[in-house]
Amino acid sequence: MTSAQPAPTSSPLKPLCAEGLVKRFGEVTALNGITLELNRGECLGLLGPNGAGKSTLIRSVVGRVIPDAGTVTVFGSPAGSGGARAALGWVPQELALYPRLTCRENLEAFGRYHGLGGASLQSAVERCLEWAALVDRAGERVSNLSGGMKRRLNMAAGLIHEPRLMLMDEPTVGVDPQSRNRIFEMIEALHAKGMSIIYTTHYMEEAERLCDRIAIVDHGRIIALGTKDELVRNAFAARSEVIAHFREGDRVAEWVEQHGGRYLEGTGQFTLEHPSEIASLLDAAAKAGHELVDVSLRKPNLESVFLHLTGRELRE
Amino acid sequence: MIASIVRTALVSLRRDRGALALSFILPVAFFTIFAVIFGGRRDTTPKITVIAVDEDHSRASQRLIKGLEAEGSLVVRTRPAQKKGAEQAEYTAQTAEAAVKAGAAPVALIIPQGFGENPISFGGSQDHPAIRLLKDSSDIVAPQMVAGLLQKVAMTSMPDVMAEQGSKYFEEYAGGITPEQRKRIQENLDQLQRYQNEQNPGGANAGPSSGSGGGLVSITTRDVVGENKRSPMVSFYAAAIGVMFLLFTASSAAGSLLDEAESGTLDRVLSSHVTMTTLLAGKLTYSALLAFAQLVLMFVWAWAVFKLDFLSHIPGFVVMGVCTALAVAAFGMLLASVCSTRAQLGPLSTLVILIMSSVGGSMFPRFLMPQAMQKAGLLTINAWAIDGFTKIFWRDEPLSHLWPQVVVLLAVAAVLFAIARRLARRWEYA
Repeated sequence: MTSAQPAPTSSPLKPLCAEGLVKRFGEVTALNGITLELNRGECLGLLGPNGAGKSTLIRSVVGRVIPDAGTVTVFGSPAGSGGARAALGWVPQELALYPRLTCRENLEAFGRYHGLGGASLQSAVERCLEWAALVDRAGERVSNLSGGMKRRLNMAAGLIHEPRLMLMDEPTVGVDPQSRNRIFEMIEALHAKGMSIIYTTHYMEEAERLCDRIAIVDHGRIIALGTKDELVRNAFAARSEVIAHFREGDRVAEWVEQHGGRYLEGTGQFTLEHPSEIASLLDAAAKAGHELVDVSLRKPNLESVFLHLTGRELRE
Repeated sequence: MIASIVRTALVSLRRDRGALALSFILPVAFFTIFAVIFGGRRDTTPKITVIAVDEDHSRASQRLIKGLEAEGSLVVRTRPAQKKGAEQAEYTAQTAEAAVKAGAAPVALIIPQGFGENPISFGGSQDHPAIRLLKDSSDIVAPQMVAGLLQKVAMTSMPDVMAEQGSKYFEEYAGGITPEQRKRIQENLDQLQRYQNEQNPGGANAGPSSGSGGGLVSITTRDVVGENKRSPMVSFYAAAIGVMFLLFTASSAAGSLLDEAESGTLDRVLSSHVTMTTLLAGKLTYSALLAFAQLVLMFVWAWAVFKLDFLSHIPGFVVMGVCTALAVAAFGMLLASVCSTRAQLGPLSTLVILIMSSVGGSMFPRFLMPQAMQKAGLLTINAWAIDGFTKIFWRDEPLSHLWPQVVVLLAVAAVLFAIARRLARRWEYA
């Protein structure tokens, strides 16, 4: 556990203040005392494997989950209140759209649900269509759109009422790389305009690219919080990682662990205090008769941090 | 290989509760309902209510009424049911006709003054007043059955009267009989009457039919309901079939709630300014509008193709249409809120709606069902809606007479919606 949990200042003007959130579903504890703050204009990533509690945390902020303990405020308004609803834009993990309506009709419907009407609704629809690059598909039924387009429309529907805080729950699930890149550009454009964003994902590269700070979530707890560099520094200091691929496969597992590494699917991962230590590691492998296919030295990343903190890979 | 395919299919069926219910519960339920309707059990054999008006008060007329009362398949009413414990006055020809028009009974018999003097009409004689049979032509069974039983009862309940009448005719058409013959006939008639009194002190004889060929008692028949209708049963079936399909439409429309819950759209909607109550009210309004439009289509079609007199009944249609549409829409909301998925809703709605429709008279007119089934039908939306539409289109009753149907259907709508709202709490928060 790093020193990531900041003491909340309970500022009523913070886009998000969550304090001591606990939520249990039967025997399962989905949130286990989460405390979190979001600064204005910040993009905060919630990084964790499936089932870590990211979506439950997001749903608590939206007011769709009532925590067993703890409080959530959005710009000072309690979660679920009218003020919080108006300030929040939510992009759920599912494609929460009306499949038989067109893009425009979907945006109009969700706009009306948020109290928009007349010219303001129409201008909001145009703005969202443009942001999602769907202007030329405005009259197309959702059921006829590609997966990437549906994802973009799903995001646009969350933005229709010009919220001040966007909650994006794994918005790139099931999207091809090209569409994913477009979605990143949309989010970066929002971020550049000063929108406060919470972005959940289990892809570290998404978190690295988009987020100012990252909270690593596991078993309903935030086990680390900070910028990418802070997380890596806290976990590894100046140490480096060596990734060694062995020809023998699983037979080297024991040897890897004897030398302080972790063995995963034919790969040994070692943390070195100094890169020069790599020579002695390779020596030891050769003496033990293990044939190396490939060796690389890399700076630790979020994946390494997660592995370091939990002993598991992010996508296990 | 075939065994593997069968095993896979059986395991799938066992885990699909809806399909299981449709496969095994629905057929048994339907069989039971129709077995009861069509008299599968002796104690539920349908009885026909007949209003009897005795204007003659003769021995013959009284024995005829007693004979009818002894018939197991008839319920003979000579006066309306008690009101607040007070005995009501006997029916007159006018009140009996009004009662048939109001649907209290499908048939009324008026035994006219002078009937007792010449009760039997051998040879189609016109010298005596005929019994008037007033009928509701929407019931095609009851009038014919009553007319037939009337002839049977005439034969079995007053053989002495028949013999006496026969001797009169013989004397009239055979040119007279001697005093000795008259004396012997009278002795035999007295003996027959004594024998009959010994056999049946009550005056009625419910014994086996003597095979009446009809025409012993002269009857004139008149439609008092539907006499000017061109297509007697069209309005009934427009309502009956309409309500059944309205129920299917409403449950399907309400199912959109389940689709939205499954897709996550419901979550998104509820995270906006829309509350669950507003959302359900919106869905209810939509379902009710859809149902009302469907009813309009049914009745306009009946008007255009089957000459139903729709245009002169529009106010009543609107009142009943709105109430029925609201009730079926709330019913659909309830079904949807009971289910977790659209896959559950399909079989459940089919099961419930088909049973409601069969008991409630959408498939088979309730007035032809046993009394117990008719009462059970009142637990369904179908029965109340069909009764209301029948009042408008069949009996030409004024709007004010619709109040029981309006009150019940609106109350049903309110209660079902309240229950649906309560059940929908599970979608509100986790």
